[in-house]
Amino acid sequence: MTVPVEAPPVALSLSGITKRFGALTANEAVDLDLHRGEIVALLGENGAGKTTLMNILFGHYVADEGNVRVAQADGTLVPLEPGSPHAALEAGIGMVHQHFTLAENLTVLENIMLGTAALFSTGGGARAAREKLDDLMRRSGLVVDLDARISRLSVGEKQRVEILKALYRDARVLVLDEPTAVLTPQESDTLFETLKALAAQGLAIVFISHKLAEVLAASDRIAVLRLGRKVADLPSVDCDRQKLAELMVGHEVTMSRREPQASGEVLLSLSAVTCGEGRDTVSDIGFDLHAGEILGIAGVSGNGQAMLARLLSGLEQQTSGDIRLAGREIRAHDAADMIRAGVARIPEDRHRDGVVGAMSVAENLVIEEIRSPRYQRFGFLDFRAIAARAVEAIAGYDIRCPGGDAVARLLSGGNIQKIVLARTLDAEPSVVLAAQPSRGLDIGATGDVHRRLLEARGRGAGVILISEDLDELFALSDRIAVIHRGRLSPPRPAEDLNRAAVGLMMAGQHTEDAAA
Amino acid sequence: MSDILDILLAANFWAAALRIATPLIFGVLGALLCERAGVLNLGIEGIFTAGAMAGWMAAWLGAGLWGGVMVAALAGAAFGLLHAILTVPLGLSQHVSGIGVTLFATSLSYYTYRTALPDVSSPPRIEAFQPLDIPVLSDLPFLGPALFQQTALTFLALALVVAVGFVLYRTPLGLAIRAVGDNPSAVEAQGLSVMALRIGTVVAGSALMALGGAFLTMSAFDAFFFGMVNGRGWICIALTVFASWRPGKALIGALLFGAFDAFQVRLQTEVGSFVPGQVFLMLPYILSIAALVVVARKADYPRALLKPYFKGQR
Amino acid sequence: MIRFEPREHVSPLRRIAAPVIAAVAALAVASLAIAAAGAPVLEAYGLMAKGAFGSAFAMSELLARATPLIFTGLAAAVAFRAKLWNIGGEGQLYAGALAAVAVGTGALALPGPLLIPTVILAGALAGGLLMLIPALLKVRLGADEVVTTLLLNFVVILFVQMMLEGPMKDPMGMGWPQSEPMLDEAMLPKLMDRMRVHAGLILALVAALGVHIVLKRTVWGFETRAVGENPEAARHAGIPVTATFLRVALLSGGLAGLAGVGEVAGLKGYLTADLSPGFGYAGIVVAMLAGLSPVGVVVAALFIAGIFVGADSMSRAIGVSNYLADLVVATSLICVLVSGLFVRFKVRFVRVGTGKGAA
Repeated sequence: MTVPVEAPPVALSLSGITKRFGALTANEAVDLDLHRGEIVALLGENGAGKTTLMNILFGHYVADEGNVRVAQADGTLVPLEPGSPHAALEAGIGMVHQHFTLAENLTVLENIMLGTAALFSTGGGARAAREKLDDLMRRSGLVVDLDARISRLSVGEKQRVEILKALYRDARVLVLDEPTAVLTPQESDTLFETLKALAAQGLAIVFISHKLAEVLAASDRIAVLRLGRKVADLPSVDCDRQKLAELMVGHEVTMSRREPQASGEVLLSLSAVTCGEGRDTVSDIGFDLHAGEILGIAGVSGNGQAMLARLLSGLEQQTSGDIRLAGREIRAHDAADMIRAGVARIPEDRHRDGVVGAMSVAENLVIEEIRSPRYQRFGFLDFRAIAARAVEAIAGYDIRCPGGDAVARLLSGGNIQKIVLARTLDAEPSVVLAAQPSRGLDIGATGDVHRRLLEARGRGAGVILISEDLDELFALSDRIAVIHRGRLSPPRPAEDLNRAAVGLMMAGQHTEDAAA
Repeated sequence: MSDILDILLAANFWAAALRIATPLIFGVLGALLCERAGVLNLGIEGIFTAGAMAGWMAAWLGAGLWGGVMVAALAGAAFGLLHAILTVPLGLSQHVSGIGVTLFATSLSYYTYRTALPDVSSPPRIEAFQPLDIPVLSDLPFLGPALFQQTALTFLALALVVAVGFVLYRTPLGLAIRAVGDNPSAVEAQGLSVMALRIGTVVAGSALMALGGAFLTMSAFDAFFFGMVNGRGWICIALTVFASWRPGKALIGALLFGAFDAFQVRLQTEVGSFVPGQVFLMLPYILSIAALVVVARKADYPRALLKPYFKGQR
Repeated sequence: MIRFEPREHVSPLRRIAAPVIAAVAALAVASLAIAAAGAPVLEAYGLMAKGAFGSAFAMSELLARATPLIFTGLAAAVAFRAKLWNIGGEGQLYAGALAAVAVGTGALALPGPLLIPTVILAGALAGGLLMLIPALLKVRLGADEVVTTLLLNFVVILFVQMMLEGPMKDPMGMGWPQSEPMLDEAMLPKLMDRMRVHAGLILALVAALGVHIVLKRTVWGFETRAVGENPEAARHAGIPVTATFLRVALLSGGLAGLAGVGEVAGLKGYLTADLSPGFGYAGIVVAMLAGLSPVGVVVAALFIAGIFVGADSMSRAIGVSNYLADLVVATSLICVLVSGLFVRFKVRFVRVGTGKGAA
């Protein structure tokens, strides 16, 4: 790419970056220049190679081909030593990872100072660090209590610490990986205001995202990655949502939409349910789930939806309140009870809770029903029945794998989710609990998930959809409730709500005046 | 009742408590360093044995007592390096690798001892560390005999409590060690090497463990016996949890343990005719299990303990 | 920098290669130790082989020594499958032996055909119940079972000493701390005349086969593997995780207890506090060499037994300390860990930090 004459000096230049993992090419000949004072959005689907590219930049990975050059203080570009986060930091590159790289047992100040002094020294310099940080916080508006332990901070505060870490090291280039993934819409707006202010002070910023709206609103320039290649690099003013979506996916995009449908009798009802202690709790929540509806539960992660999912999955017990399933009260239930009662559970963390990675696809398909007479006789496994089930499910759900004997761990996230879907939905459950079912999936796999959930609804099942993605919630949900600090707002018809209203509720604003 | 009081009020009881505690102080300090960096070191039992054998052997061969201590530390460091290589860059199970190191260090020590001294009927002895005579302090009434008539290794152990505490909580290195045991990616993102930190800490911690073994053969006794470590390493692993991975609490835990052990030995002479001796010998192990069980639920394990880390992984 | 890439398919040949390479590597390391002792390496290994395989008597000794190792190896393999770190095989072995002696020295007046099964059952039960303690402490109170099982080993052996010096002491034992002899009807039959190999071996082979079937073909085995590989996913899928742990604990402890039964009821005929030269710990090595496979355990136990028997014989002949056997055993554990890595992963060495990145 040629640099326009009037553009500010280049801060960072990636050229010809190629990175392969075995047979997979994560990045292929990617070029990207970044200028001082500009905000570039790196847009792409999950698996498009955005994070890999930034990890190469920061030295977590080494590129197979290509190089990275960074501007020194005088503006000359020098090659960056590959494979060394230390070198990247020295060169003025700061990275805010999607999964925060903070030690929870240390204070904010300790995390920021970590690695800034010679290891074999007596340290000190805390006072100077405080002065510098006070100044940085004043100028950037990123305020945190320097003496607080990280474990006591909110997600938004942790992100501020991550940015401060980079600024403290005099970063001239700031990379943020999916910075809004864990923020409310309002927090995201604040973040982008901060980033704009920092860019105005000369910082060069790249942020990774797959959300079209924020990319359009917050960036000066947009680079689109698809299947590891850069397919577009455009000024943001020349873009619109449709164009970006097509560049990102490579073809026209159609979202699954629910057809209007009358809902039936109450399948699941919670009243005044409280569960858990400490930070991840739900308190005094109640709702009715009807047959043939999708009830969306919106919320920023960490507000109790994980506990709600664990409760309805049979992994936790309520401390008070009633849960009724098809009119019958359930108490002291475990996961096996919920399975027997016809509740399909799609866990939030499919790698941890969804599959046993070291076992085969076939075994993972039958694991919930392994004690049923269908798969065992007198305690001995019926391998033929298990294999037959695998063949059926692999075909029915288009699970891409070498066969039923393949080890589940080696499958992609989308195919692992298909195992979970096949296992849970084929039993024709009356209630479906889907926790963040499309997180981390590409658009194709996400579409599959949505289609299956809508099928279940069409069949007359009640579906609880827990999600942070407002697009997903509005596309699928008949009614939406918002969870904030463990409390659930009364569900309302999706038609009566809009994104802004739900965003405010996710941030804890009162619900009465938030309706559209 | 008055008998018990007599025991507790005797200066030699407290002296014995401190003596019994000394190898445990070394061991717990070593174990907590390793675990603070995220590596469980079950090689400890074998490293104790190796330290006991190597230190004693060096002194016996004429390296001098402090020469022996150095050799013991080096032997511990070597086995620590083996455990570190297996568990950090190779990421193997810390449990199994630790057991392997214990078996390896123990059998190598025994084999070496037997090979060097094939035909001895009673173990040869060395001139062991003697209690220091510290001017003024050693002559204090009660406190003198209770606390200040110990050998140099006991004072070294006490000094190391302070030193390890200082390093962990007051230096950039300690900050990095505490961070790497909680979240290695935090350390890598700040430009430090997770691998170097972990390997270095495990090696240093193992050297400390070996000093605990050296104390046995060069201070508590003056010879090497088979089976003399007798589970002290495992007890240290339990005490490390009890001490919440803090050097100060490690000292308190080891002293409590030493006091209890000294107490039961004295109690044994009082009631030994009614209760079989083995009951008393069992008590230290049962006490360690109890200490572990009491704190287990609320123990604040280093979050990255037992989890291997590979570069670029998050 | 080293990178590990999991292999999609591990061929059976590779699986078998790992322990074989480990065994050879361990023997190579041990040859350094033999040379250091000033003995001729090849001759020493020759004597070891002869001592382990060279005669009918040697074979009988080998099989007799392998018998407890099969049991303790199975105990470790079963527990490790469920990621239950039972390092207490030594203590469970003694518990089993103690129970066998308690039942088999005349406390129960049963005819032979009933007495032997009772002795076996008592031993298995004692080992199993002993292992249940740390398992319960783990699932109920969160106490790490590695430390508790290790410490219990010492407690149990002291308890055995106490019993042998007290209530179970043989009045005819000339003051030695040993139990009364087992009744003849309670003893496992010998397999060969004037040889020490006994029916405990058959029991061990049956146990190996049984564990193999349980792990591979039953719902329990399925659940054990699931819990061991990913307890969160197992719990989410409705598998009773706690019950599975306790079941595995009972089975594992019971198998180790049977090792003790075989030693007193098959070999010694009475109990002393030095019954086991570390069979419990060696069982861990056996299990790891076997890749936690029950059938592999039998083969690995034969190898380890061969090392022990051969080293004893060689030690008598040329005076190399028989601690050499422990050294080989320990070294083969470390070697099998490393070679196992090469079986499961493609290990790539990646150059870092030089100009352009290298693959």
